[in-house]
Amino acid sequence: MNLLRRKFVKTAAFVGATVSAVGTGILIPQRALGAYTKAAFDAKDVSGALTAAMGTDQHTASDEIKLKAPDIAENGAVVPVTVSSTMGNIDAISIIASANDSPMTSTYMLTSACEPFVSTRIKMAKTSDVVAVVKADGKLYSAAKEVKVTIGGCGG
Amino acid sequence: MASIKIRAKAKGDITTVKTLMSHPMETGLRKDSKTGKKIPANHITEVTAEHNGNTVMTANWGGAISKNPYLSFKFKGAASGDKIKITWVDNMGKGDSAEAAIK
Repeated sequence: MNLLRRKFVKTAAFVGATVSAVGTGILIPQRALGAYTKAAFDAKDVSGALTAAMGTDQHTASDEIKLKAPDIAENGAVVPVTVSSTMGNIDAISIIASANDSPMTSTYMLTSACEPFVSTRIKMAKTSDVVAVVKADGKLYSAAKEVKVTIGGCGG
Repeated sequence: MASIKIRAKAKGDITTVKTLMSHPMETGLRKDSKTGKKIPANHITEVTAEHNGNTVMTANWGGAISKNPYLSFKFKGAASGDKIKITWVDNMGKGDSAEAAIK
């Protein structure tokens, strides 16, 4: 996956190589299951978080992703979110709470054995869009839903 | 006391795994109301699910996952009686794992 790519890009930049070298195919990023991308969780905006986690922030909205979240969450500390999809070849799913201090809540690396389905509970600082980003065949697809939060759940 | 509860159920070819972990999941943003000092971040960073020793799913988590996290996912190719193992590691370097049989 792109975790290695990120590492490579950093190294490449360090030795002065161009980022486009990544595309040469010599160093095709291998799936790095288990590597933790701290940068994705440190990022303060959605695009930074996506780039760190998925390699790009370019994503297209898709009807094939189903994002289940409440319309109104009374308690922002516990917002149940379920993401499912009918797409094939899904590598990873990220759940993003747009207005959080660090928007990235979680990323799930799915192996080919997995069904495109994850369900968890996230914290939301305030009313915002919850965005599910799915990586399939190397491209990013997304679905968003606004969740109204009565009491924020991120402290501060 | 194990910190992980696992329920896994096979239905046809698809196994649904539901798991609950007990963890404070501190974001590092909250302040202690008595001392006014920030409570240091303490949250799970990685959750790994293994089916009979093969990794089926890895989750990377930040502090924005709710306290005592719940996680559910589905996968194919398991039969009733197979083992499912869940492991978590947090940013303090602590971790735990638990194993359960698929029903």
